[in-house]
Amino acid sequence: MATKLGSRRRGGPPTAPWWFLAPALAFFVFVVVVPSVQGAGYAFTDWDGITPAPDFAGLDNFRTLLDDETARLALVNTLLAAAGITVVQNVIGLLLALGVHARIRSRTVLRVFFFAPAVITPVVTAYLWKYLYAPEGAINALFAALGLGSWQQDWLGDPDLALWSVVAVVIWQFAGYSMVIFLAGLQSIPQEVHEAAALDGAGALGRFWHVTRPMLAPAMTINLMLSVIGGLKLFDQVWVMTQGGPGGATDTLSTVIYRQAFQFNDFAYSIALALVLTVLVAVISAVQYRGLRRREDFS
Amino acid sequence: MNRYTWRTAVLEAAMVAAALVFAFPVYVLVSLSLRQPGDQSSPIALSTPTLANYGDAWQQAGLGSALLTSTLITAGSVVLVVVLSAMAAYPLARSTRTWSKAAFGLFMLGLLLPFQLALIPLYQSMRDLGLLGNPLALVVFYTGLQTPFSVFLYTGFLRALDPAYEEAALIDGCGPLRAFFSVVLPLLRPITGTVVILNAIFVWNDFLTPLLYLSGTGQQTVPVALFGFVGQYVSQWPMVFAGLVIGTAPMLLVYFALQKRVIQGFAGGLKG
Repeated sequence: MATKLGSRRRGGPPTAPWWFLAPALAFFVFVVVVPSVQGAGYAFTDWDGITPAPDFAGLDNFRTLLDDETARLALVNTLLAAAGITVVQNVIGLLLALGVHARIRSRTVLRVFFFAPAVITPVVTAYLWKYLYAPEGAINALFAALGLGSWQQDWLGDPDLALWSVVAVVIWQFAGYSMVIFLAGLQSIPQEVHEAAALDGAGALGRFWHVTRPMLAPAMTINLMLSVIGGLKLFDQVWVMTQGGPGGATDTLSTVIYRQAFQFNDFAYSIALALVLTVLVAVISAVQYRGLRRREDFS
Repeated sequence: MNRYTWRTAVLEAAMVAAALVFAFPVYVLVSLSLRQPGDQSSPIALSTPTLANYGDAWQQAGLGSALLTSTLITAGSVVLVVVLSAMAAYPLARSTRTWSKAAFGLFMLGLLLPFQLALIPLYQSMRDLGLLGNPLALVVFYTGLQTPFSVFLYTGFLRALDPAYEEAALIDGCGPLRAFFSVVLPLLRPITGTVVILNAIFVWNDFLTPLLYLSGTGQQTVPVALFGFVGQYVSQWPMVFAGLVIGTAPMLLVYFALQKRVIQGFAGGLKG
């Protein structure tokens, strides 16, 4: 029975029995599927993390959420951060990819260089930047040394600036990641297509728009999905640099979820917030995926 | 198209400048970690380097045991993820049956789910199993969490791979397990490199899960140990930075050793 479920391409023998799936599926179901379903259920209860049988509370947690200034601010911050990261990281990543795809001599070294921050532990980059951002820190010192004293800021202490300071760290760290994915896309474009377009009289910008851009569509889809999902889940950098402060200015859904559960022991409310995050990720990714796929089809 | 024109030179200069801006934070990290403890000069100035901070950080932060814990957890998770995902991807890529499509869809759904939703219920299950505070809990966690992404990469790669090799092995009398381990798995080597490095980076660097699942025990991973260490010695930046360099060095060394494969590997993943 088992061996009959494999493929029979070109009449060959079956090769891949179904039970090869079982171990991976077991881990995945235990770690992701079952707890996620449980979590979605707990969001509608008054669970405190201790009581074995919590009471059904309907939409109470979600009503609390609507009146919760902290959660609302965190939701807005999460959306702003995700949007900022997605746009800027991919623009920089694309520019870097175009740069290191060109025939410059240092391109191999530069590729290694630009991706390197993505390998460093976010906890480490967050501390590093916390130090750089300090009022007496290296960024302000650098501006002073360059005669740009008026550019000095309290990067993490100013509520209007703090979220963007954190976003900048994420972009610095992961622009190289976007670059590598765009680079893979660029390398899959045959050189002849470019040469043909050049012979037809297309300038550099015209070639980019009509040849490169459409062929980069799959890389664009992956990059935009990864950065949106990463941005919506933002936690490490915020927790290390500001713990959500000053005054909630850098709180994200993930930091509020963590604080509600493990500092205030309000598990049900924390999970309700996690469910909001899940729905947000699912809806935004689905809309994005459909939009991007449609563009890929037309190109 | 191969000439080095003045335009290329301008582009080269601009890219090198961008690289210097990118590297500036890392320069500060390393330069401060080499600084004399009492040095009060500007954070961007050069000074006589010393390695004393590294010795101090090593002793104060308990990095030895953290490096060991992180290495065990990373190695264990990566081996399990590679073997189990490659096995799972095999029927997913080869079979066109409904169950195969459904299982692939389930894995892809898992790519989207933020693990914040699963984190607390799973915390309870781990506690009931007596696994809290045990690094094994993290190996189980990462294996389950990282399987979808790895299955995605392997399935894409396998679909492009000719089934003739494994069919030949089966005709020669191999069982499916033997055919898989001695024929298919070696053929997957290019994408396995990517799967290994991306999973290793993720597992080594993850902060939130070990913070929760191992808290209050002597066994900490590197990011959690660094978090506690910096909190304690926050004013002694040179020593703190030496600790940060030690904690991040293993991943960077692995990356520099395998960088070619990492960067090329993305191309293979993209085609899937």
